[in-house]
Amino acid sequence: MQIPAPFDYVRATSVDNALELLARYGPESRVVAGGHSLLPMMKLRLSRPEWLIDINDLYELDFILRDGNKLRVGALTRHTTLLESDEVAALFPIVRDAELVIADPVVRNRGTIGGSLCQADPAEDLSTVCDVLAAEAVIRGPRGERILSMSEFHRGPYETAVGQDELLCELRFGIRPRTGSAYEKVERRVGDWAVGAAGAAVTLAADGTVDDAAVGLTALGLDHLVADAAAVLRGRRPDEELFAQAGRLAAAACDPVADQRGPVDYKRHLADELTQRVLRRACARAAQMQEG
Amino acid sequence: MTVIHDRPSNPAAGDEDRPIGYGRIQRKEDPRFVRGQGHYLDDIVLPGMLHSAILRAPVAHARLVSIDTTNALAHPKVVAVITGKDLLGLKLAWAPTLSADVQAVLVTDKVRFQGQEVAFVVAEDRYAARDALELIDVEYDVLPPLVDARKALDPDAPVIRDEIEGRTDNRIFDWEIGDKAETDAVFASADVVVSQEVVYPRVHPAPLETCGAVADFDAVNGKLTLYETTQAPHAHRTLFAIVAGIPEHKIRIVSPDIGGGFGNKVGIYPGYILAVVGSIVSGRPVKWVEDRSENLMSTSFARDYIMQGDIAATKDGKILALRTHVLADHGAFNATAQPTKNPAGFFSIFTGSYDLKAAYCSVTGVYTNKAPGGVAYACSFRVTEAVYLVERMVDVLARKLNMDPAELRLKNFIKPEQFPYANKTGWVYDSGNYEAAMRLSMQLAGYEDLRREQAEKRERGELMGIGVAFFTEVVGAGPRKHFDIVGLGMADGAELRVHPTGKAVVRISVQSQGQGHETTFAQIVAEELGIPPEDIEVVHGDTDQTPFGLGTYGSRSTPVSGGAVALVARKVREKAKLIAGAMLETRPEDLEWEKGRWFVKGDPSVGKTIAEIAMGAHGTVALPEGVDGNLDAEVTYDPPNLTFPFGAYICVVDVDPGTGQVKVRRFVAVDDCGTRINPMIIEGQVHGGLTDGVGMALMEIIEFDEAGNCLAGSFMDYLIPTAMEVPDWETGFTVTPSPHHPIGAKGIGESATVGSPPAIVNAVVDALAPFGVTHMDMPCTPARVWAAMQGRARPPI
Ligand SMILES: Cc1cc2nc3c(=O)[nH]c(=O)nc-3n(C[C@H](O)[C@H](O)[C@H](O)COP(=O)(O)OP(=O)(O)OC[C@H]3O[C@@H](n4cnc5c(N)ncnc54)[C@H](O)[C@@H]3O)c2cc1C
Repeated sequence: MQIPAPFDYVRATSVDNALELLARYGPESRVVAGGHSLLPMMKLRLSRPEWLIDINDLYELDFILRDGNKLRVGALTRHTTLLESDEVAALFPIVRDAELVIADPVVRNRGTIGGSLCQADPAEDLSTVCDVLAAEAVIRGPRGERILSMSEFHRGPYETAVGQDELLCELRFGIRPRTGSAYEKVERRVGDWAVGAAGAAVTLAADGTVDDAAVGLTALGLDHLVADAAAVLRGRRPDEELFAQAGRLAAAACDPVADQRGPVDYKRHLADELTQRVLRRACARAAQMQEG
Repeated sequence: MTVIHDRPSNPAAGDEDRPIGYGRIQRKEDPRFVRGQGHYLDDIVLPGMLHSAILRAPVAHARLVSIDTTNALAHPKVVAVITGKDLLGLKLAWAPTLSADVQAVLVTDKVRFQGQEVAFVVAEDRYAARDALELIDVEYDVLPPLVDARKALDPDAPVIRDEIEGRTDNRIFDWEIGDKAETDAVFASADVVVSQEVVYPRVHPAPLETCGAVADFDAVNGKLTLYETTQAPHAHRTLFAIVAGIPEHKIRIVSPDIGGGFGNKVGIYPGYILAVVGSIVSGRPVKWVEDRSENLMSTSFARDYIMQGDIAATKDGKILALRTHVLADHGAFNATAQPTKNPAGFFSIFTGSYDLKAAYCSVTGVYTNKAPGGVAYACSFRVTEAVYLVERMVDVLARKLNMDPAELRLKNFIKPEQFPYANKTGWVYDSGNYEAAMRLSMQLAGYEDLRREQAEKRERGELMGIGVAFFTEVVGAGPRKHFDIVGLGMADGAELRVHPTGKAVVRISVQSQGQGHETTFAQIVAEELGIPPEDIEVVHGDTDQTPFGLGTYGSRSTPVSGGAVALVARKVREKAKLIAGAMLETRPEDLEWEKGRWFVKGDPSVGKTIAEIAMGAHGTVALPEGVDGNLDAEVTYDPPNLTFPFGAYICVVDVDPGTGQVKVRRFVAVDDCGTRINPMIIEGQVHGGLTDGVGMALMEIIEFDEAGNCLAGSFMDYLIPTAMEVPDWETGFTVTPSPHHPIGAKGIGESATVGSPPAIVNAVVDALAPFGVTHMDMPCTPARVWAAMQGRARPPI
């Protein structure tokens, strides 16, 4: 049994109550959602909050809702819920691709999309998914509600725009026609964090050329999208040559570090290889949607 | 010749419901495990029990300058803080290891590996004990660490064991076996010689239950009861008597249900000793249980062998000789579990399953700033390393000769008629029929079809590999004249009592960590006496209740204790014969045995069952002269030789050419463990071992950075395989009984762990053949496989 440093614990009853508690207990307080990132860090005493504010009773944050041309996902939505949602899979197949390779069922049953994004671990798969899908983050705090783009939300490894006294409440995904998406990850073992992963979303024009595209990488030292990928892909007809070109761009854009999962050259190679694979799959899916 | 009592092991066969004796029956211990009613060490709660925690060194090599415990002692719930200085006063600062070395219980002079024990806190609860660790102030003077075993003998290497008088380097031992001159001569005249460095990296047994102890010293009676996660309760009792000076009859060691051992729970860890000291000091029971990181970072690792192999052969593929030099990293203290005369354990079985003209090996053991151990991890004392070496070398040779690896093996096997076979390093293999096992395995795998499929796939640029490995194990240590551990002979006792109503209790000296002893040993008695297994209680794991013996590891329970149990049952059967004679008023020599009953020769209707005889023995039957009124017996079995299980494994992998990811698609395991007692338990052992092999081959490694920091201190970093990484195992068997074992059984616990890593690695290397790869070291992670494909395969250490 690994034992965290002493802490106090309180269960929030609503979003307002959670915000009140955060204000009351101040900088040494932390919300806990699924706990699958926070608790391991506490057990290793790498994180030592004095107060844990449990938000697991905030059912108001656990939802998947279609609202016009947006899909709204509550921050407390569990990995498992996302994985099992056919609606999500139909609109954003990248989510199911990613959820299938995030941790294991035990972790997925508790871990939440909000916790994943707020943890902002460079190997967090859902961060890349949200980047690629150009999600918006709805944040509430004492000063009201703000809506941020993903580039505003991310502030680097383990850092986000969510203030200590704020709560991430919701993610919003724009639904676009003729769009396909995909995610692929290389791991040393099922349930392991990514050695490297890539995600892509592609929107095709009516003539079958690329209208818009986004490529993101996980655990490969790139916080944002592969910047030039969209520019290179746009207006072109998807083919192997184009995927290879995008792969090279991704390899050039990434900045991985060597660790036990692999050396830099391998990770750079993965950026290339996986980018090609996800683009290939995303384009095929987009084409299918076009037909369907 | 031993009779084989093997039954068909097809579960659908239907004739195996409740066999009285050998056969597929459900495990007797499982009802409590599947209901969550096992009783593990951490379930033990004694009145007034205190808890504890160990402060561990954050660095790998450092002089201890000072320890200040004032603040920790001021914690309201802390009862005691023990440091190395306190232990010096008690003469307990250093304890003997299983390899004639000593190990620091708590650091007194110098930290020698990251995670080493520095101080021990005893407190009212576990939380307080853990919190108080942060209140101990320790000052270290950090020294340069020695991490790379290849540099251990450099003249400028830091000397790790400078507390040993006269020690100026890190060499622990040089050991050799085989005829060097003869071997060199064969090499000099051979057509083909291939050399390859083969590394078996440091891995960890990683039992899911970590190590722990509850020490309860009764100051009034002077009696110590020590509950421990141990695979060898009796050996521990003797060692505690010697180390702690408590008389042996005042020590009771209890090993409750154990959540996996794999060799990790053979040695005596500082935590066990500290729990005892804590109980003596506080006058209350003290529980110590390590956490996952402590288990991975400080307890016995396994392997860590850098092996330079040479193999010599004729051009048509007759293997002539093997030669190897091993650099063995033993960490900071030499604590390897091994029979005394074998500093490299049973590594000298590296001649494998082949009929060689010559063989020679030398092993150099060195100290490094890493955790001690080098324990048998499901490896029968380093047979794992030996088999891995020879099976890789044979594959390397096959490639050089452009021969099929299965064919090369078939060509060189020891032949059935050559048994008992004396190899070139002093072993006498008891029995074997290697070709039959190999051919069965090829047939089950559809070997020819697989090779065809592979050729087609290669055309298309797909990477499919087929790996073959054949192993011969040496288990069941062992004859007292050759084998002992710290002076204790490796024999095992068994006591059997048949109660008046014919139900029995058998007490054994070995301790189960999940192997199913309560079933297997009941089945042996059942087979010998005809008492149903469910009527036989197997008692183990408590030194006050069981006869002396050395415990369970190195696949020795069935070869040694299994022999003891069969013999004690036969002793009871012979005694039953005398009593039956008295009851039937016949001469014993006129009686004949059928399972469960003595009857009068020629008149089967007149006889007595074991239950009737038991009642007679305890009742009022007029017993023959010299026979006492019970149906009990005891024996100590000193095995005349070791046993040599073997097997033929074939593995099929697919490698993703773009990412280097390896998928084990199929695995065929044909095992021969001699007489098969419970086929289901055997299969369970094989499945577990194969899974273990997938772990080592594909993902497991304990790595260190240059500063000596252990990089594998959690299950996020030290990966063990899950059900997702393994295929549906395809198992088969042949039966070649051991000629000297009372029931012909050979032991199965470690076969699959020994045999599977080379099969998997051979498959991966085979898959990478189109890239010109002839060898790569474990673990075959995606990154390492990809590097091999780029021609940049590197050893992991
Ligand atoms: C064994 C294991 C393997 C894993 N493997 C993967 C993997 O392969 N890929 C992957 O992407 N992830 C993986 N994870 C992480 C997993 O997805 C976690 O569930 C997730 O990272 C965090 O979600 P959580 O709800 O558990 O967050 P928590 O641990 O509860 O919280 C994480 C952080 O976010 C903050 N937080 C949580 N919710 C909010 C909110 N609504 N507003 C503001 N702050 C908030 C917390 O205060 C904390 O700082 C793994 C975890 C484990 C234990």
